[in-house]
Amino acid sequence: MERVSDTRVFDTRVQVLKYSVLKSLIRRAYEGKDKVALAPYEIPKEIVPGPKTDMRCCIYKARAVVEERVRMAMGGDESNPNIIECLPVACDECPIASYYVTPACRGCINHRCEEVCPAKAITIDGQAKIDQSKCLDCGKCAKVCPYKAIIEFTRPCVTSCKIGAIKIDEDKKAKIDNDKCVMCGACVYSCPFGAITDKSFVLDCVKILQDAEKSGTKVYALIAPAIVSQFKYAKIEQIVEGIKMLGFHNVIETAMGADITLHKELNELKEVDKLTTSCCPSFVMYIEKHFPKLKQYISHSPSPMVEAAKLIKRTSPDSKVVFIGPCSSKKYEYKLEKTGGAVDCVISFEELQAFLDARDIDVSSLPESPLNNASFYGRIFAKSGGIAQGVAELKEKYGITKEVCPIALNGLEEIKLAMLKMNAGKLPENFIEGMACVGGCLNGSLCLHHEEKNVRDVDKYGQQAKEKDIGGSVALYNMTLENEQNK
Amino acid sequence: MTIQICIGSACHLRGSYDVIEKLKSLIAADNMEDKITLKASFCLGRCGEFVTVKADGEFIEGVNAQTIESIYKEKLKPAALKG
Repeated sequence: MERVSDTRVFDTRVQVLKYSVLKSLIRRAYEGKDKVALAPYEIPKEIVPGPKTDMRCCIYKARAVVEERVRMAMGGDESNPNIIECLPVACDECPIASYYVTPACRGCINHRCEEVCPAKAITIDGQAKIDQSKCLDCGKCAKVCPYKAIIEFTRPCVTSCKIGAIKIDEDKKAKIDNDKCVMCGACVYSCPFGAITDKSFVLDCVKILQDAEKSGTKVYALIAPAIVSQFKYAKIEQIVEGIKMLGFHNVIETAMGADITLHKELNELKEVDKLTTSCCPSFVMYIEKHFPKLKQYISHSPSPMVEAAKLIKRTSPDSKVVFIGPCSSKKYEYKLEKTGGAVDCVISFEELQAFLDARDIDVSSLPESPLNNASFYGRIFAKSGGIAQGVAELKEKYGITKEVCPIALNGLEEIKLAMLKMNAGKLPENFIEGMACVGGCLNGSLCLHHEEKNVRDVDKYGQQAKEKDIGGSVALYNMTLENEQNK
Repeated sequence: MTIQICIGSACHLRGSYDVIEKLKSLIAADNMEDKITLKASFCLGRCGEFVTVKADGEFIEGVNAQTIESIYKEKLKPAALKG
């Protein structure tokens, strides 16, 4: 735990906590079934040894929370299809009321707050007081106070969810509305108590690798292009070598699948009036759940993850594929029927870090294994605007004669506005790229860290691609498909 | 005959896509499509200085975009014709 936090691998202590649970669980998976069965009882004591804790009111509460985290790390509640869950015991019941008067209130003569309040909720008695039963949450008082003494207080989870999927239940606990949630994971990253978290399938991944070792099956790791911005303490070529040491036969770029998806979407665009992209499962889910009328415009091209996995399985039919990415909704997407079982498991970058450390693999000391299959365009899928750029630059080369007007929707807030327009028939653009996370996958909710300059790493990685165009991946796609058809 | 060409990263950097393209056009020029099947494979486990290629399970040495034509004419095509 110390090494990881010291080298600033992660942004937050909540991530380090999640990582510690995962690491211990993975170690146990290699020690035997009994050790895994004991995980919910033993890991809490490992992580909260006592006699004191700085995480919760007492060690018993802190351990109860860790126990719930262990259960999520072991796959969580199977009856709930959502990948994201709120752990009620961990939710600190943050205050719900929106506006508070802080001690900065000077009890001035002007009383502008009192005057501006439309609900007459403010009285002044030395300092301003807000009657929460009358307050309308309009925020006018906060705006007029010359001392900025009135603050808006919202729950971080509620603020982070741009589509209103988090409600507060009667026990003041955060509750996720599955009918609205698109599993982007913004709340996971934003809850300061780590009370909302993602389910992990890392035990499934370990089992796939252990079974493969016995049977000789090849297991491929499919890595999302956002990975280049993540492991700052090592080269991507060392990460590739590290992943192979975990037992994977080879490491393949998902960006190769992105080349193929881009080619298919270019072809689709020839036939339809408007097209929304299919690579971000949360964007697809958002349209399905919130604007079902617009479902007809969703691209039918499989996502890069699925395309790349299918390519691998056509070249190596009995193999298994594990996707490693920054994304919580990919953990949902891979189980969908439409993927045809192309992907066998999904783990996150956070989980990869825990896996490497659980197996005592120090990637920064490893030799370098090359990684270069995908094109420039496939690699920049990791950033917001990457697909739109690909379409704009390749449309003529791939035979699109009509006018193409692409737009990149950066984050769910932009997506929501654009979909409202589109629903009203007022969106002028005809190629609509949507990424639920602001910045794109390189800022995905399960990234190790979230820095604005991460986009530079993705751009550099794009430039380093041997293939400057998607043609190579497309030719390979066609060849493997022909082989299959000839069978 | 089945020819497997490695398209793993190491071989890709040594030109496996070019090898595939050249082989395809050579095979097409000789109308050998029904005798030779080209297949791609992610890592045949022999990363080295050349593109790893297997013909009916046997490794073919020294393949790259420059050498593939002569290797095809001298080795692969005669072997495929023999069946």
